[in-house]
Amino acid sequence: MIKDPQARIIGKENWKDYYLLSIESPRIATQAHPGQFVMVRITSHSYPLLRRPFSIHFKDERNIEIFFKITGSGTGILSQKKSGDTLDILGPLGKGFHAGETLRGKDVVAVGGGRGIAPLYFLAHELRSHGAAVKIFYGGKSHEDLPLKAKFEENGFELFCSTDDGSLGFKGLISDYLQTELQTFNPARIFACGPEPMMEKIAEISQSGDIPTEFSLESVMGCGFGACWGCVKRIRKNNHEGWVKICEEGPVFSGEDIIWTEVEK
Amino acid sequence: MTDLTIDLGFIKLKNPVIAASGTFGYGLEFAPFFDLSKLGGFVVKGLYFSPRPGNPPPRLVETPSGLINAIGLPGVGVRRFADEILPQLRKIKTAIIVNVCGENEEEYASVVEFLDKEEGISAYELNISCPNVEKDGLCPALDSEATFSVVSLVKKTSSRPVITKLSPNVTDIVEIALSAQEAGADALSLVNTLLAIAVDVEERKPVLGNIFGGLSGPAIKPISLRMVYQVVRRVKIPVIGMGGISSGRDALEYLITGAKAVEIGTANFIDPEASIKIIEELKDYCEENGFERIEDVIGTIKR
Ligand SMILES: Cc1cc2nc3c(=O)[nH]c(=O)nc-3n(C[C@H](O)[C@H](O)[C@H](O)COP(=O)(O)OP(=O)(O)OC[C@H]3O[C@@H](n4cnc5c(N)ncnc54)[C@H](O)[C@@H]3O)c2cc1C
Ligand SMILES: Cc1cc2nc3c(=O)[nH]c(=O)nc-3n(C[C@H](O)[C@H](O)[C@H](O)COP(=O)(O)O)c2cc1C
Ligand code: FES
Repeated sequence: MIKDPQARIIGKENWKDYYLLSIESPRIATQAHPGQFVMVRITSHSYPLLRRPFSIHFKDERNIEIFFKITGSGTGILSQKKSGDTLDILGPLGKGFHAGETLRGKDVVAVGGGRGIAPLYFLAHELRSHGAAVKIFYGGKSHEDLPLKAKFEENGFELFCSTDDGSLGFKGLISDYLQTELQTFNPARIFACGPEPMMEKIAEISQSGDIPTEFSLESVMGCGFGACWGCVKRIRKNNHEGWVKICEEGPVFSGEDIIWTEVEK
Repeated sequence: MTDLTIDLGFIKLKNPVIAASGTFGYGLEFAPFFDLSKLGGFVVKGLYFSPRPGNPPPRLVETPSGLINAIGLPGVGVRRFADEILPQLRKIKTAIIVNVCGENEEEYASVVEFLDKEEGISAYELNISCPNVEKDGLCPALDSEATFSVVSLVKKTSSRPVITKLSPNVTDIVEIALSAQEAGADALSLVNTLLAIAVDVEERKPVLGNIFGGLSGPAIKPISLRMVYQVVRRVKIPVIGMGGISSGRDALEYLITGAKAVEIGTANFIDPEASIKIIEELKDYCEENGFERIEDVIGTIKR
């Protein structure tokens, strides 16, 4: 875990509410794995107060990228930053996806809903470098929520898109699209990130098909490195069910360990 | 060379900067960022006798310049703390303070009794803001008699100094401070978080799983500082001030007001090196203003 208070923004792209920042931070870049995240300080003042978590979208030797959607004040301010500005970032944090050699020669699926696509670009490259055949399922409300479609295609990934309004690709939920397509092939593993209802649907599908699945979970985070106990989810561990800090033990968990419906008070 | 040491009477600190309970994990979470022995001390996460799961999420919500938490004091309990964590903390050359919790008076005493057998703890900080399960969730910190009673009991049990941590959610903080002093507290620390809620207007329900939470961060500093101002004038024992400190200047406001030391809370989340920067800023202030010793700054507030 590295604190880089002077990470320079060296590139920026924007599609409506979605932004991509390339950030120069060689020390974080060299250690980063797909599924890990960084905590970004939005301002040196006290509002917004806490750092915000973002998945590592991509990296090379010197730089990392984050891809985000404006959802509030923090992401709003971050979207205003320009090339040349510096950011205070902490990372790489958490435990990422298992994208190793065991998947060589196998079919694997990565499903992303909306901004949940963020960690899957890095993951897709890693999977391909280990010789896995990756199919990307990318869903959103409308075509405007699929800004990375072209980039995945240009990089030669097999892409399956869906939109709720039918403005692009399959009309309906990405989980329904996946379920339909799973009649024709049987992936060795599914990786998923997106809104919780989407992930819950995918958990049902992968369970009934007995397909090992990894999910990247989200929570409000106070610190990102295990000090506040603020980011817990219900997780099964060694046959024991409890609140687990997702910044430390996640954010990626195996589907069978996640208890989706949290006890209603 | 500025002398940053502080003598609390019962312990000497390298400097007046202590990391606050619940915001510094068990300390080890911060070891990747800096050498923990540079701190004046740190207070570990609140410990009950047995392990506890804590509250259902969401546990945190951010508000303007503040943070409301309803973590619910999850923890490993005294046994695992003593077996697995304390041995690692003993190697760190700084004051290690254990934040002691209890669901009733007896539990506070049993935590202290258990830990008294273990080496490497400098002092206890009694978190008397824990809800008492037997008394309708009322915490001792809200009542001067309950405060007196739990502090006296713990003092009888403990061979170590006892810092009593006060709650701001009272009408008259001085009254509670005086009871803790009378019961034998060696020092006071103030304040814990301010009782607060936040409402989700789309869902029209409280944001936090626990409904209520505690507000901390820069938003509370004027209030916590006011309480420190009121208390230092009336008690003889040392006061450790906290609430919204994120810079050396914030810390100085408390020291000048009369706090002998400060605790840094929420700021640790935003900048894990916050405490270290604050120590540096205190040193700079002393040098720039001709103070040879930080002790000479304490309580110098003019009327
Ligand atoms: C491990 C992890 C990785 C993430 N990666 C990405 C990413 O790559 N791209 C991306 O766009 N977003 C990502 N997020 C979500 C992102 O952190 C939140 O969108 C962001 O913190 C919102 O900040 P804000 O100030 O704009 O919104 P706020 O004004 O703080 O809140 C707006 C809404 O977002 C919710 N929210 C606040 N913080 C979080 C949070 N940490 N997680 C989920 N919801 C939150 C609030 O409850 C509120 O409903 C990730 C979250 C986690 C936990
Ligand atoms: C997430 C969180 C957890 C906390 N846990 C504890 C705790 O276990 N015991 C305790 O005495 N105080 C606890 N506190 C209170 C802090 O120690 C401190 O009193 C308070 O946050 C005010 O300081 P600050 O504004 O610098 O954060 C907690 C605060 C936060 C934000
Ligand atoms: S975000 Fe603080 S413990 Fe996970």
